[in-house]
Amino acid sequence: MPAVTLEKKSKKGAVAAFIGVLVILAGVIVLENTLDPNRNLIVFTALKKGAVYALVAVSMNLLNGFTGLFSLGQAGFMLLGGYTYAILTIPSAEREGVYYMYDGSAINFSITESLQNLFGGGGVGGAVGLVLGVLIAIIIAGLVAALIAWLIGLPVLKLKSDYLAIATLGFAEIIRAVFQWPNLGRITNGANALNRFPTLTDFNITNADGQVVLRLSTFVVFAIAGLCIFLIVLLINSSYGRALKAIREDEIAAEAMGINLAKHKRLSFIISSFFTGVGGALFAMYVNQVQAKTFNSAMTYELLLIVVLGGMGSVSGSVVAAFLYVASSEWWLRFLDNTATFSGATSRWIFIAVIAALAVGLTALLLWKRRKNGAKKFSELWTACIVGAVVLVWDIYYAATGGMEVPFLRSGFRMVVFSVIIMVVVLFFRKGLFGDRELPYVVKSIGSFFKRIFRAGNAAAAAAKAVKAEGKEGGANE
Amino acid sequence: MQLAVSTLLSGISVGGQYALIAIGYTLVYGILRLINFAHGDVFMVAGLVVIYMSASMPLYIALPLMIVFIVVLGFMIERVAYKPLRSAPRMSVMISAIGVSFLIQNFATYYTGGLARLYPTIPFISDTVTIAGASTRWVTVITPFLVILLIILLQLLINHTKIGLAMRAAAKDFETSQLMGIKINSVISFTFIIGSALAAIGSILYFTNYQSIMPTSGSLPGLKAFVAAVFGGIGSIPGAVIGAFIIGICENIVKVFPDYSIFSDAVTFILLIVILVAKPTGLFGEKATDKV
Amino acid sequence: MKKILALLLALCMVFAFAACGSEPAAESDAPSESTAPAAESEAPATGDNVISIGVFEPLTGASGAGGRQEYLGMQYAQSLRPTVTIDGVEYTIEFVEGDNASSADEAPSAATSLISAGVSLVLGTYGSSAAIAAAPYFDDAQIPAIGVTCTNPRVTEGNEYYFRTCFIDPFQGSVLAAYAYNELGARHVYCLGETGNDYDAGVINYFQQAFEELGGTVTVGNFPENNSDFTSYINTAVSESADAMLTPVSIQYSTQIIAQAASLNLEMPILGSDTVDSNAVLEAIQGTSLSLYVTTFYNEGGDPDFDAGFKEFINSNSTNLENNGGNDTIAAVSVMGFDAYNVALDAIERAQSTSPADIYEALKETNSDGVTGNIQFDENGDAMRDLAYIKIADTENNTWINGGSQTVE
Repeated sequence: MPAVTLEKKSKKGAVAAFIGVLVILAGVIVLENTLDPNRNLIVFTALKKGAVYALVAVSMNLLNGFTGLFSLGQAGFMLLGGYTYAILTIPSAEREGVYYMYDGSAINFSITESLQNLFGGGGVGGAVGLVLGVLIAIIIAGLVAALIAWLIGLPVLKLKSDYLAIATLGFAEIIRAVFQWPNLGRITNGANALNRFPTLTDFNITNADGQVVLRLSTFVVFAIAGLCIFLIVLLINSSYGRALKAIREDEIAAEAMGINLAKHKRLSFIISSFFTGVGGALFAMYVNQVQAKTFNSAMTYELLLIVVLGGMGSVSGSVVAAFLYVASSEWWLRFLDNTATFSGATSRWIFIAVIAALAVGLTALLLWKRRKNGAKKFSELWTACIVGAVVLVWDIYYAATGGMEVPFLRSGFRMVVFSVIIMVVVLFFRKGLFGDRELPYVVKSIGSFFKRIFRAGNAAAAAAKAVKAEGKEGGANE
Repeated sequence: MQLAVSTLLSGISVGGQYALIAIGYTLVYGILRLINFAHGDVFMVAGLVVIYMSASMPLYIALPLMIVFIVVLGFMIERVAYKPLRSAPRMSVMISAIGVSFLIQNFATYYTGGLARLYPTIPFISDTVTIAGASTRWVTVITPFLVILLIILLQLLINHTKIGLAMRAAAKDFETSQLMGIKINSVISFTFIIGSALAAIGSILYFTNYQSIMPTSGSLPGLKAFVAAVFGGIGSIPGAVIGAFIIGICENIVKVFPDYSIFSDAVTFILLIVILVAKPTGLFGEKATDKV
Repeated sequence: MKKILALLLALCMVFAFAACGSEPAAESDAPSESTAPAAESEAPATGDNVISIGVFEPLTGASGAGGRQEYLGMQYAQSLRPTVTIDGVEYTIEFVEGDNASSADEAPSAATSLISAGVSLVLGTYGSSAAIAAAPYFDDAQIPAIGVTCTNPRVTEGNEYYFRTCFIDPFQGSVLAAYAYNELGARHVYCLGETGNDYDAGVINYFQQAFEELGGTVTVGNFPENNSDFTSYINTAVSESADAMLTPVSIQYSTQIIAQAASLNLEMPILGSDTVDSNAVLEAIQGTSLSLYVTTFYNEGGDPDFDAGFKEFINSNSTNLENNGGNDTIAAVSVMGFDAYNVALDAIERAQSTSPADIYEALKETNSDGVTGNIQFDENGDAMRDLAYIKIADTENNTWINGGSQTVE
């Protein structure tokens, strides 16, 4: 890959990306102020969580994708960021209540509150105080995470690959236990949640009567996350970034080129943790509370899935994957959790027909494809046939029973479908959605992909055509 | 005294159960360099299967059937989720493992309705026994002996059979062993079969003690067993077993102190980090040739 | 080519799910149990003559069993009172489920999904952690919520829109302390709770305060989430020669603690709070030599008519029976769910409106006579209650024995 053309492209791309981000930010403000906030709450929840996860995923990608350091400590650093933010910003009047198990907090000081007092109580002064206070608290949250990362990095960064992963995972668990320790209760509130600190909804501008005149809660999280991601991109494109990539590709060669391995690894670890800490603070603002038990290893796995699904070494991949991941798990697939009945016989028969068509069509397609590719192993073909047959038999059975309930739908089905989708992506897109490419490249290749499909579709048999048309439809919706 | 005995007893018992899971991790890691995150969930499924089977058939049929089922499950997981990714980067395989773990947990939540299920009482090993004033179940007493018996059998298998030789060769050098005519796929399948069978036996012991099963019940024992495997030196079976016992006992000692009982899980990881920093290959780990 | 195939497969799958999912929603003009979140893209489910009530309960997870029993009470109440008349028009009540999976981190998304579904008010939840986590969302959306058995004071404190129909932890803690000190003669109690669970921590905290005031001493142990080995904790209690053990934990953990205590031949009595009052726990303690005392909201036999009707409802179909834990023992939480539903419907009737704001105003004026007693809300939104019942587990007959009622000044 010639570096010169890459440079040029990234210059042009940066301008386009910048404009794109501005458009998105403006779009978010417009959306939030035109849509009914209650009926569309789930949309904004997904957007906010998506933005937070995007930031954390990108900073995880900096470490795992760009530096090749396999770290699983993200949840721990998010915890540090979230707690730091909360401890620094809970108003002193609320502390008694929040720390009710420990008879008040050891720290009776709130950054936002003191700044608000400095700028003079309510109104514009209060708003300035709030914004400044929150920003300072967020930065300190990142710094605390970075400091701990530096400490952890001293012993741990010497370890290689999986050992590093399991050691960082271990540190995250230890941090979690420390924050739950009752003896530190006056600071961390033990295992109990911290809440009542300034959250995203506090950024909605209200008039004198308490009516919201301008909703900015989603915008705020987008702006902060966007800025941080922008900074990470700058870093990746700098000489430091190139050094990190060199380490990823080949440590020994990189060292031979004069790159200080230990220093660069530490740097990458600390910077990644800083932004993860910021992400943790944003996460706290998004969920309105911080509680140590939320930040468990399952959260790290989730983030790792996002990074890999988006593509290791692709910033835009992580961002897109984060939004897709959050939106499908929290929003799009949610209907699968609720039981439903068919309203009429027609829709029931359509459903049965769709399943039957899929079972037959997909099996046929698979067989045809494998045949064409000259598959020698018939075991794979048999598996496909058996699976197709089972689905078909079930479908006929279901048609015979005459039940009006939509099958399968009940609490928990959403996550089953979701994990099946993840497995499909993992198995068939080894490099993730974007590989190590960025968005513009991917958009281009999707265009050429459809062109190819179109050409292939013309030549293909009629049966395959129908299925492909469906595929194209699905693609267009995406 | 009574407290000391009972703490030690439950420590050894948990340790033995971790050991049976840890072997699955250490064997797979030894050959594939893969942290099989789904292993803990296979362990959980083994528990659930007994619960559902015992509702319709006597235990002496249900238990062997369950072991067969779990072996098939382990085999299928390898074939479907790991084998297609043999040539892919290691990260992809690991993500696949996390994905399988995710899928199993979510499916179990869906199937069980997300409620805790009670493990059936197994005659004899569920009965209570008193040792040095501390009462416990027979399973606690049996576990260490059963574990040691199984380890001896496993060592015999690995050191004195053809398939054992193939496994050792594959663990030593994956590519070269292929060149030597070892059918690497069947060796890997066999490894998964052994690992799953041991996890299934471990689950009988574990859930007889702790009875209720949630879809997430497998993840924590799984993680701890993996830590035990790393602690003892990954790839080494005696290492995994000793690591598991140490972790089981330490964890139970910590639980005795009310002020610090919150660190009972963290202490596992503290031990791990200490050993990794002091001796990066674990207690009994060989000086691995680093595959860059 | 393989990739293209894979992509096609994936797209087809998504398409299939979308097809099977959106279909029922698309044609759900009949007031069936149409899915609420899907409704946001289609015609709103709360169209003609339907009032949606959000059921914010843990249907899965550690407290899933309790949440289901509570929901069962609401369903029974709904079967008796399926409609409400507003300005002469009859409205059908429809439940929208939001499963908070017993955890504080699932709670926000469950709460937002209910709000997005356009519910008029929310019932639930079992377990205080999820309620505390979700409260700000209901406040922001200005949708009233009625907590059924979330007893931690922080649920309603500062959360204007959260009400609750149960007693609260300071009261329950004192009741337990008084009972342990006076009736059981305990002087030293070992308390065991899950770390980070607001409910456990709250009960233990208030118990400790009250018990130490009476002159006793307390040791507190904590176990991590998803822990399943309690033998060390039980042994610690024994070695400290505690006179009783307090385990205000969720059903999942209490069954395990009881099973392990039985295997260790624990002699000291076990005290439980309202969560421990469950069929599953009763089942686990059968045939053992343990003694278990729990505080609760309602004792079976308190209202024979209700008991008979509810038992019939439980036995009427297998799903209900399964949700109640396999038998027809009446759990106090079900009764609380029943009362909460009626409080909600009374409020809607008084408000003569489906709008959350009007219902909120009407809720403040609640004065309902429920099965568990009279319910009125104080300025915090807490029901004013001064009576708790004690139940003793009968280890031979699989029932609870009435242990009388307790009250503190």
